[in-house]
Amino acid sequence: MKILRADRGSEVLDLNCALLAQYLERFIREELAWRGYKKGLIGVSGGVDSALTLALAVRALGAENVHAVAMPHQRSAPTSFEHAKLVCDAYGVTLDTVDITPIVEGYAQTDPEMTARRRGNLMARSRMMVLFDQSEKHHALTLGTGNKTERLFGYFTWHADDTPPINPLGDLYKTQVWGLSEYVGVPDAVLHKAPTADLEAGQTDEGDLGITYRRADVILEHYLKGYPDAYIESLGYQLSEIERVKTLVNRTHWKRTTPATAVVSSTAINEFYLRPLDFRIR
Amino acid sequence: MIRHVVLQIKPEKGNIQGNLERLKKALLDIREESPDVVVLPESFLTAYFLQGGVRELALTQQELFVRLSSMYQELNWPGLLDLVIGFYEREGGTFYNSCAYVELGGRGILHVHRKVFLPTYGVFDEERYLSRGSRIQAFNSRFGRVGMLICEDFWHTVTSTIIALDGAQVVYVPSASPARGFASQNPANMERWSALAQAVAAEHGMYTLLSSLIGFEGGKGMVGGSLIVSPEGKIMVSAPAFEEAALVAEIDLERIPAVRYDNPLLADLQGNLPSILPDLNRVMHRGEK
Repeated sequence: MKILRADRGSEVLDLNCALLAQYLERFIREELAWRGYKKGLIGVSGGVDSALTLALAVRALGAENVHAVAMPHQRSAPTSFEHAKLVCDAYGVTLDTVDITPIVEGYAQTDPEMTARRRGNLMARSRMMVLFDQSEKHHALTLGTGNKTERLFGYFTWHADDTPPINPLGDLYKTQVWGLSEYVGVPDAVLHKAPTADLEAGQTDEGDLGITYRRADVILEHYLKGYPDAYIESLGYQLSEIERVKTLVNRTHWKRTTPATAVVSSTAINEFYLRPLDFRIR
Repeated sequence: MIRHVVLQIKPEKGNIQGNLERLKKALLDIREESPDVVVLPESFLTAYFLQGGVRELALTQQELFVRLSSMYQELNWPGLLDLVIGFYEREGGTFYNSCAYVELGGRGILHVHRKVFLPTYGVFDEERYLSRGSRIQAFNSRFGRVGMLICEDFWHTVTSTIIALDGAQVVYVPSASPARGFASQNPANMERWSALAQAVAAEHGMYTLLSSLIGFEGGKGMVGGSLIVSPEGKIMVSAPAFEEAALVAEIDLERIPAVRYDNPLLADLQGNLPSILPDLNRVMHRGEK
């Protein structure tokens, strides 16, 4: 007799890339349209997240309606700009450059105790300031590029990387960003390099986080869906990795919300007075 | 033969008058199809996610009828037009997620179904802002006996069972379902809707018409994938995900006796109801030993 064993049910991060790409293109078009925009603006870092965002924006809006801005600092790795240029050339988008060194250093030099971490945060916030100004200049809506993994880990500069009003990748784990990037043809040099925010010399994301994205993402998906540690362990993950993931998520919930407001009335915004972000009455 | 059109069109958030104009334009577009019944999605008049905005945008049944009648008059439609339309309803200080069956040019609102199962989990938060309906019943249209269920109502097959036992030969299902799960050919919830509609239609020998909302609402992409399913459970016509479409089908109620004779599950259920009701009562009161 043939014995056929059932697959054990488990959560998967697989994607139908063609379907998802069409969905995200539609998302970009519709979210821009009701806000009154036809153009998108993207800060291109040379990394895979902004490369994929750019690729999706080009598919959604056409290359002529996508503005790309590189914002190097004198301490940035030269390869970051080279890769930003490579990405823009691949998708036929003109790349503007705004050197943020004077903005960052204008403040940094006033404080001899400036650390690399503080300077990195200044870079991130300066870039967002530039992007919003460029947005006004071109009447183009700024697109966020943060992925789900870094958002869950709070691995971003608050009110900087997380600030743009629409974000196509925010519900995609880094692993899924890689998969979709491969589908849309992000250049290999960008796709296969070690992820880095390039805010401090020699820094890599996975070095900072203490776990690889590929392992973290599977743990995250199971943790978010409520699987117990023992179950995740049975999938081949170490308890120390699971604890690391849980710690990163649980100490950063505040970074995923709007600022805490002292509530004193029964009409407090976002507490009692609740309206969806696209709500309007005509 | 009853000509049905399921309209999978995108509303604009909060713009009731604009959405009525949108509906009017769509009706003019399909006028040559000569539909008897046109089916629209859940909360078509305002879009779905309103949170506390329900209070500002809900209509009474009378207000709905006045607005639809006005649109109908502007259409200069030849003859009657039946409409199944989802809207947020206000009655006194109570708010419902409702759908109305309206005979335009004729008897007016024939029936209003108030959503019984209000999803309040995950991305949904209906019961915070809305009250539950409490009735599930079929009613008589000018074509025959039909029923309406809204979105999660339909995910509990007991509701369509009640509609079928109450004599419905057609069930209309306005829905609003944000896309989730992108691993397969279509979003996972769209595939689930399709399987469910086929199963329910085949179990009861009942035409099943799903009208599913589209359009992004604050990042949530309503999935679409509307369907018209035959009483054998076969998809007669289906709409794509996310795109506007009009599904056209002739519904022939004469086929239902033949289909139900071949597959008499509904008659079997009717016959067995007296013997299974005690068990239904028992499980309903479990824990009350």
